[in-house]
Amino acid sequence: MEKIYKKVDNITFNLLSPKEIKKQAVAKVVTAELYDKEGYPVDGGLMDIRLGVIDPGLRCKTCNGKLKECFGHFGYIELARPIIHINYVKVLLNFLQCTCSECGRILLDDATADKYRQKMEKFDRAKNLSLFRKVAKLVKNNAKSVKKCPHCKAKQVTIKLEKPSSFFEDQKRLSPIEVRARMEKVPDKDVYLLGLKPESARPEWMVLTVLIIPPVTMRPSITLETGERAEDDLTHKLGDIVRINQRLFENINAGAPEIIVEDLWDLLQYHITTYFDNNISQIPPARHRSGQPLKTLTERIKSKEGRFRHNLAGKRVNYAARTVISPDPKIAFNEVGVPKEVAMELTLAVRVTEWNIEYLKSFVKNGPKVYPGANYVVYEDGKKKKISPETQEQILEEFRPGLIVERHLIDGDISIFNRQPSLHRMSIMSHRVVVLPGKSFRLNPAVCAPYNADFDGDEMNLHIPQTEEAQAEASILMDVQTQIISPKQGLNIIGCIDDSITGLYLLTKRMTMSKPEAIKLLLSIGVDKPERFKKFKDKVTGNEIFSAVLPEDFNFIGFTKSYKGEKIKGKKPQDIEGYVLIKNGEMKCGFIDKNLIGGGNGTLLRDIRRLYDEKTSVDLYGKIFRLGIAVLFKRGFTIKTQDADLADNVRSKVKSIVNDALEDVEQTIELFRKGKLKPFSSKTVEETLELMILQKLNEARNQIGNIIAKSDEGENSTLIMAHSGAKGKIVNLAQTAALVGQQALRGKRIEKGFKNRTLSLFKPNDLSPEARGFVRHSYKQGLNPVEFFFHAMTGRDSLMDTALRTPKSGYLYRRISNALQDLKVEYDFTVRDANKSIVQFKYGDDAIDVSKSDNGTIDVRKVISEVLGE
Amino acid sequence: MSYDDLIKEYESKLPGRLIEDFRKQAEEFNLSKQDAKKVLQALEKKYIESKINPGEAIGIITAESFGEPGTQMTLRTFHLAGVAEANITLGLPRLIEIFDARKDISTPTMEIYLKKDVKTDEKTLDKIISKIKEIKLEEVLKEISINIIKLHIELSLNKSRLSDLDLTEEQVFKTIKSSFKNCEVMNNDGVITLKPKAKEVTLSVVYSLKEKVKSTPVKGIQGITQVLPVKRKDGELLLMSSGSNLSKVLEIEEVDATRTMTNDLFEIAKIFGIEAARQAIINEASKVIQDQALDIDERHIMFISDAMTTTGVIKGITRSGISGEKESVLARASFETPVVHLVNASLVGEVDYLNSVIENVLLNQPVPLGTGLPDLITHMREK
Repeated sequence: MEKIYKKVDNITFNLLSPKEIKKQAVAKVVTAELYDKEGYPVDGGLMDIRLGVIDPGLRCKTCNGKLKECFGHFGYIELARPIIHINYVKVLLNFLQCTCSECGRILLDDATADKYRQKMEKFDRAKNLSLFRKVAKLVKNNAKSVKKCPHCKAKQVTIKLEKPSSFFEDQKRLSPIEVRARMEKVPDKDVYLLGLKPESARPEWMVLTVLIIPPVTMRPSITLETGERAEDDLTHKLGDIVRINQRLFENINAGAPEIIVEDLWDLLQYHITTYFDNNISQIPPARHRSGQPLKTLTERIKSKEGRFRHNLAGKRVNYAARTVISPDPKIAFNEVGVPKEVAMELTLAVRVTEWNIEYLKSFVKNGPKVYPGANYVVYEDGKKKKISPETQEQILEEFRPGLIVERHLIDGDISIFNRQPSLHRMSIMSHRVVVLPGKSFRLNPAVCAPYNADFDGDEMNLHIPQTEEAQAEASILMDVQTQIISPKQGLNIIGCIDDSITGLYLLTKRMTMSKPEAIKLLLSIGVDKPERFKKFKDKVTGNEIFSAVLPEDFNFIGFTKSYKGEKIKGKKPQDIEGYVLIKNGEMKCGFIDKNLIGGGNGTLLRDIRRLYDEKTSVDLYGKIFRLGIAVLFKRGFTIKTQDADLADNVRSKVKSIVNDALEDVEQTIELFRKGKLKPFSSKTVEETLELMILQKLNEARNQIGNIIAKSDEGENSTLIMAHSGAKGKIVNLAQTAALVGQQALRGKRIEKGFKNRTLSLFKPNDLSPEARGFVRHSYKQGLNPVEFFFHAMTGRDSLMDTALRTPKSGYLYRRISNALQDLKVEYDFTVRDANKSIVQFKYGDDAIDVSKSDNGTIDVRKVISEVLGE
Repeated sequence: MSYDDLIKEYESKLPGRLIEDFRKQAEEFNLSKQDAKKVLQALEKKYIESKINPGEAIGIITAESFGEPGTQMTLRTFHLAGVAEANITLGLPRLIEIFDARKDISTPTMEIYLKKDVKTDEKTLDKIISKIKEIKLEEVLKEISINIIKLHIELSLNKSRLSDLDLTEEQVFKTIKSSFKNCEVMNNDGVITLKPKAKEVTLSVVYSLKEKVKSTPVKGIQGITQVLPVKRKDGELLLMSSGSNLSKVLEIEEVDATRTMTNDLFEIAKIFGIEAARQAIINEASKVIQDQALDIDERHIMFISDAMTTTGVIKGITRSGISGEKESVLARASFETPVVHLVNASLVGEVDYLNSVIENVLLNQPVPLGTGLPDLITHMREK
């Protein structure tokens, strides 16, 4: 099948005139009946097969197309009496108020009108619709209050709108017939003055005399299991309209009393109004028999579940899979482990050529049940044939260049991997497929950060791009290694995490091993450098092992977390705490921690990325990551409850600090009670007291944190992790081991609860730390009931904060991305919007791409040292 | 050693900030001319490599850079910015406020700097503050009461408070008289009486009048409810106010108009122009981001600010701001209130030329961004 590609150039929006409706319609609907006794659509009914078909067997009477070939055709009904279109009520009101009830002219004298008209024509030519509308509004405001027509001198009565759709002139109701008659009188040039283009929309078209019926394909019925047909909401509504319309016709023809006709007319107005919009506030929504409101035209379009956002801006795809994720540090971070079951279901379409015919034949021979096989073969005419034991032989016989084989996934195929919510571009990246046993997608823990994934049951999606164009784009633009530097701030979002950091920290800080051990370790992570191994002495230090991973020409200067900002000049590198020097691939001093290899600001990783090509970088990252893991594998590493046991001297220090602080606070309170406390400038005494207490208690906790941080690392794994930056902060350990500290709500101590006290067991106005949310026990010691309660208060507060924040920030995000989505960098580095008007003359003033920069700039210092070769 | 001649050569090739960086570093390293040239060449190469790709969907990248960390921001509205400073809205609510371009922000604040030669002793400060802070009649009253029989208000003034504020009874009387023109205002020996001129005076009218009288401003600048002196880290004293009225504050003699700031974007746009407003948006957004310890490149902040101010007025990122003024009907309709946009489009026969992204997504067509941008024209081989 030859595909014809069309591109839509533009879309024009107009209002349908009755004439146009009749021209477009292929059938006039005259009966509310849908099907005859055989279940065949009735001619002139709402399911008329001239309007398109939804049954597989039938052919459309208009275009002779079958189901899915025929898009459907519009029909119409003739309304017995005109009906106001609910969405245009405001425009009609405008016209009624601003034009003469007698002659239909605008209520402005010719001179003023011409002045406005010229302005509008000018804006019209300049395609500036907003200014055009502004003038029209001006016209409206000027003409609205005129009491006497300047053209025919007729007196004007103000017209009011009785919502939703009746107009009143004084006390008299204007029937739609009168409204329409008046609108017909308005000349085109005056229509223009009120902001309408008469060739696109005339006001009388807003009073409907014929109603267009959407094609059947737009409102398909569903056949239930019982064989019953359930009609679409729109069909229901249209049925009501047709029925009432027929009754109205009959009654008028029979000469029924005016009151009956009026009632039916109003009912018809109701039905047509709810057909357009079932959420008008003044009228009850039309409902199903079950009481559930009907989903009519407006509801179909509107909101998140509407056509625009649900079906048009968001689309469903094939060739996708979703399952639980789990970690696998043994695969590279640009790979994804795909379960064999998934690999046999997801396919990749490959065209048979004379060069790959034998290769692809082997897949077909394997069939769908043997891996690696193939599921379908697509012929030149677009027919798809499933490969099965029955068809296999014939397919193999016919196998020739030009066919397309949908084969199973194999290692190295390009895939697109995604975790929702897709908040930034690193949430969708391209990975190479590695087919693995098991039932979950496997990913390298290093890419948890960009996806914001963990393994507590997270699921992720995998897509297989099918065309060569899509594959090329995916692998060039979306590969994981192209996304290492985040465009948010120019830092690496991918880096070593958790065990890997701990391992490298321990290795470089305190480990030495024998030569065979070191070589074994390095070989196990894929480092095979005999030259390097020869240089090893009997005892190999951690730094030497780490150096073996690095390339020979790698130079680096960096600082660990423990670097205190000492001056470097004139000091030996070894003497500077936290100074790391790598020269010619040899680690001279220092050790590794999160600042060098972690995500966010891994300076060493970033330098590797800057100096080497993508392939080498990926390889190096993988080796560094695996080295850390391998070290822990060899050494063993675990946290234990004893980690939170304090040494005796530390414990006594902590105790004295807490006691001192409490005493200090007590004295301050005493001072306050005596009225001797001096307030800070522009604060009341009470506020000052609160601030001082808070400051003192926080000070105490910080001191304790410092003491714990300084205590001997030894075999305290929690401390090792905190120091290396792998997981946890000193505060966490301090709270577990020493004390939890002051609980704060909105930056203050806890004050709420009962009158003048937090809990009924305290005396009123008790300002002591215990009564205001100070938790002096540690998690390990356990909290007393009062402390527990205060702690729960702050915990709950933070939960609420999260729950309230997510939708707010989500909406902000949607608005920003909607406002900025069309802005792009042009070839001259200006930033322009969709109309090519300039937003920035040079992107960011220097045209530097943040994701190609070093934390937003180019580091001149590094360039200098590179040039000088130091 | 001077590198001026070398730098001159590269001035048009490298951004100014890089050149400045180079100058500093080169001096520190004491580079030779040859090395300096090599460094500049390397820098130029690096710069060209770091340039952004034409066609890059930079708008979306900026949106992501704000949207993703937005989930990490705290919702906590109030933040104690220090010991003596006032509360300022920060965090996500403030960011939303800035990007919405709200006219009535929740905590308008000013940083009022004083001219360098103004003395900062307590007395002069108090004087300046009293010029700025809005004083309501209430604060200088000794007594206010309603005479139920005569149906008028009687009030007397606190004289010592008046002299503190550098006011006279006469002045206050005049302000009352001019702000209540529909009342008979009289002064009998320090007792000021107000009587409504209306024909039928009821007690409730007098009651509501009393409240109005109490909140009549008698001195200072309207809208500024609080002024606090704050010492900056470098020792300079400045005044922080809650409430903002830039134009009036700048009129005060002692105020340094070159440095005084407000966080009300519209006031800045009105008084200093749109470029200043652009910078103010950048500053205010950066403040929030720094306070939340987030790291977002300044290019993104600049970018949003530019997008908001490019038309010459501050436009918010709302359906009535940037998004609502897009050319394309479908783009507007797909954002919010689709029916309204479609109805209005039909009235004037609007044409959508499908120039931007979302319309082409709706129609399953390539979008005019990135790899969707270039077209390839080729001659097909005859069969």
